[in-house]
Amino acid sequence: MQLDERLGFVKLDLGTSKAVESYLANQLLKYGYVKDTYKTALLDREKEFPTGLPSATPAVAIPHANADLVYKTTIAVATLKHPVNFKNMGAITEDVPVEIVIMLVISEPHSQVSMLQKLVEIAQNPVLKAQLLQAKDRQTLIKLVETAIN
Amino acid sequence: MVKHILVACGNGIATSTVVATKIRQYLAKEGIDADTTQTRLTEVPGKVASYDALVTTGQFFGETSGVPYIAGMPLLTGIGTDAALQQLKDALTN
Repeated sequence: MQLDERLGFVKLDLGTSKAVESYLANQLLKYGYVKDTYKTALLDREKEFPTGLPSATPAVAIPHANADLVYKTTIAVATLKHPVNFKNMGAITEDVPVEIVIMLVISEPHSQVSMLQKLVEIAQNPVLKAQLLQAKDRQTLIKLVETAIN
Repeated sequence: MVKHILVACGNGIATSTVVATKIRQYLAKEGIDADTTQTRLTEVPGKVASYDALVTTGQFFGETSGVPYIAGMPLLTGIGTDAALQQLKDALTN
């Protein structure tokens, strides 16, 4: 799958998980990937079912919302200038200091199984995670993820 | 007899898809005939009773009606995957 370079964001400095997710959702709306109700659904979902994946640092979060609010499947990727706490998906009172956000914008999950698996594997790949954090521009960042999932 | 496994995550779409696929691949390799059904975590209490095992990625607090519960996060994070799969196999074969 080909990704959209406009959806790569290097060293975002937004302070909170909510601010990061809102920013990414606004970009997705601007470029026509999601409905205008996506952002609220995303933020509500994060509160109830958080998406921080515990791992050795750097940790990854994989925010996502309902498929029916997505027009077109894609991935938005952001590296964060400073770690931002997301809650742990498996233990929702625990914080996970996240440095890489991979937003899954999925309209048909069952046709995207292999891509979903490969995205989750990014969180288990310290070499790739280091490369993502070193990316200096959005093109490099998106290219790294695109290579990993194809 | 075919074993039925309920796999739940926040929306029943993304992480449960990854985990359900891993489970089916593993059980096929182990020679255990099984299928998976994906659902939202909030729908687990109403559905779980008719399944042989429950696996969730998100944290699950509710009642499982005596159905064996296996935490699915290891299948997502890769930390403790083998132990989680073994636990599932034991739950299905005992």
